[in-house]
Amino acid sequence: MFMGYSLGDLGSILAMQGFAGLVLFSVFVLMALGLAIIFGQMGVINMAHGEFMILGAYVTFLCSRLFAAYLPGAFAVYFFLAIILAFCASGLLGMAVEWALIRHLYKRPLDTLLATWGLSLILQQVYRSIFGAREVGVELPGWMMGSTHLTSQIEIPINGLIVMALTTLITLAVYLLIFRAGWGRQVRAVTQNRAMASAVGIDTERVDRLTYGLGCGIAGVAGSAFTMIGSTSPTAGQLYIVDTFLVVVFGGAQSLIGTIASAFTISQARSTMEFFLSGSMAQVLVLLSVVGILMLRPQGLFVLKIRR
Amino acid sequence: MTESTFSRKDLIGVLTFAALILVVLPMALDPFRLNLVGKYLTYGFVALGLVLSWGDAGILSLGQGIFFGLGGYCMAMFLKLEASTPAATKIQSTPGIPDFMDWNQLTALPWFWRPFHSLAFTIAAVPLVPALLAFVIGLAMFKRRVGGTYFAIITQAIAAILTILIIGQQGYTGGVNGITDLRTLLGWDIRTDHAKLVLYFISGGLLIACLVAAQTVRRSKLGRILLAMREREDRVRFSGYDVANFKIFVFCVAAALAGIGGAMFTLQVGFMSPSFVGIVPSIELVIFAAVGGRSSLLGALYGTLLVNWAKTTFSEDLPQLWLLAMGAMFIAVVVLFPNGLAGLVQDRLAPLLARLRPQRPELQQVAPAAVDASNQGVAR
Repeated sequence: MFMGYSLGDLGSILAMQGFAGLVLFSVFVLMALGLAIIFGQMGVINMAHGEFMILGAYVTFLCSRLFAAYLPGAFAVYFFLAIILAFCASGLLGMAVEWALIRHLYKRPLDTLLATWGLSLILQQVYRSIFGAREVGVELPGWMMGSTHLTSQIEIPINGLIVMALTTLITLAVYLLIFRAGWGRQVRAVTQNRAMASAVGIDTERVDRLTYGLGCGIAGVAGSAFTMIGSTSPTAGQLYIVDTFLVVVFGGAQSLIGTIASAFTISQARSTMEFFLSGSMAQVLVLLSVVGILMLRPQGLFVLKIRR
Repeated sequence: MTESTFSRKDLIGVLTFAALILVVLPMALDPFRLNLVGKYLTYGFVALGLVLSWGDAGILSLGQGIFFGLGGYCMAMFLKLEASTPAATKIQSTPGIPDFMDWNQLTALPWFWRPFHSLAFTIAAVPLVPALLAFVIGLAMFKRRVGGTYFAIITQAIAAILTILIIGQQGYTGGVNGITDLRTLLGWDIRTDHAKLVLYFISGGLLIACLVAAQTVRRSKLGRILLAMREREDRVRFSGYDVANFKIFVFCVAAALAGIGGAMFTLQVGFMSPSFVGIVPSIELVIFAAVGGRSSLLGALYGTLLVNWAKTTFSEDLPQLWLLAMGAMFIAVVVLFPNGLAGLVQDRLAPLLARLRPQRPELQQVAPAAVDASNQGVAR
């Protein structure tokens, strides 16, 4: 059989690697959702997105410490509070950044890239000064640890399941917000035609600020989820930013479905290949094929028809 | 260069810069500092390319580190092969191949290392390999009219891919340490202070040659088309120009310049590693050009020197402040002075000087700001 594995082995490898891929997929989706909203809606390239995510991770870390110190009784449920706080912290910071920085640059999209890169450097240094350069890990409550056995060969970690449930919930919430709620209608109106949206009385500046805040807030939640699969350090966010941008561009910048589909493709391809190749080669191959596909189809997988 | 392509102002600017790097700095600085300046000057090559491709043609590449690195690696491969003679490497299990290959259980030189035994090939490869890669990327992207932010993101992804590849393929590339322990160039020891001084002058001379070449391109009709492309791409296309070809050309030129810079970097610093290839160095290179002024060749060069000097000073004395200062600088430059230091000089200093001088009629080159304004006037 293939590389000395029997068919049954291969099946369970695929299932377990697939599941590992799903956790990566969840973090990708959360990161990319925020980025897709910001990039798709406003054309702003948010290079500091990884740092917003890390802010969420640090908030989660602080929560776990505080609960362990002062409210050990409620430690089992701290994670849910941490998620909400992470969302608020990143979202508020995002809105502040939009107000102070981004709104001056809407006509120069390439410059947003440089400015937010500068912002990411500052944030990294701030994290390093406050939390130290060393990686910190979050202590999970007992019930989140361990794994369940589907069959004798396939085991699935519980925190992975939680991350996935969380991602599904947030994706649903974003979908409802953008496509079903009145506010989402305003967002889409601004995306499709800013001048007309403004003419019919939509406060486009407010929409921009809230959209940017929402995108950053989701990145904060991604940070919470991230603490379960990796350790938090000031520069950890930077490692994800390129992958996330590729996810967004690959999926077609303005399409949420496309973002989800491309996050799924990229993360699954990577984690399945990682089992057979070295991690770095898997990443190279996946990135290369994505770049290759983008060269053939620059508009991404899914395209939203917009009049410009 | 003739009178029509070079104004007196350009000439004075180039000569001042030449005097600064070839006379003033070598006299004022000790060998260690001068070597540092030499290192900064190699980034200047990249900055020149960025002014052409980003400042003029509006193509922001976040992957200039790729080309810088490729040029540097080409040179490093030649120097490494020269340093790995069978006599010098006789303790290895396979003498005659670079040491890191031996550590990674390679027993023969890979095929793509072989041509680098020849110095002529290496010198040709330094600008051509980066230009070739840029050509392929440019062909794929610009012919399909991908530009702006998408292009920036994709070049960034390519920089990430190349870094991962170099680190992952340790046996062929030296991995994360890069290619180190480079000693001689055709038997000439490049590690002595004297050699470093000579290399500094070579690098400075080359930079000025490249500056003049870039200036010539900008003053030619080609340069005008590049500017026009940045401002109103569609109009240039409708006027019958193949926009994609011009973009590919300028992107290749920028890549070749970066490659030359990389090779000079390897020679002066004595090693090459993936830390000069990836996303972070690539963005830093863009920042150098942005701080100096993306639409001024001299501005970008001064910006490169200044930012690097600041970086060295800060990281020697206040390492924890450096990232903060650099971040704040980017934001300030982007938000407050989009044309960088050169823009400041042009907007504030030039009118002052002009007031001091007696008025004299002169055909002035149209400043980018003026092009903006007149274009907007036409568009309305």
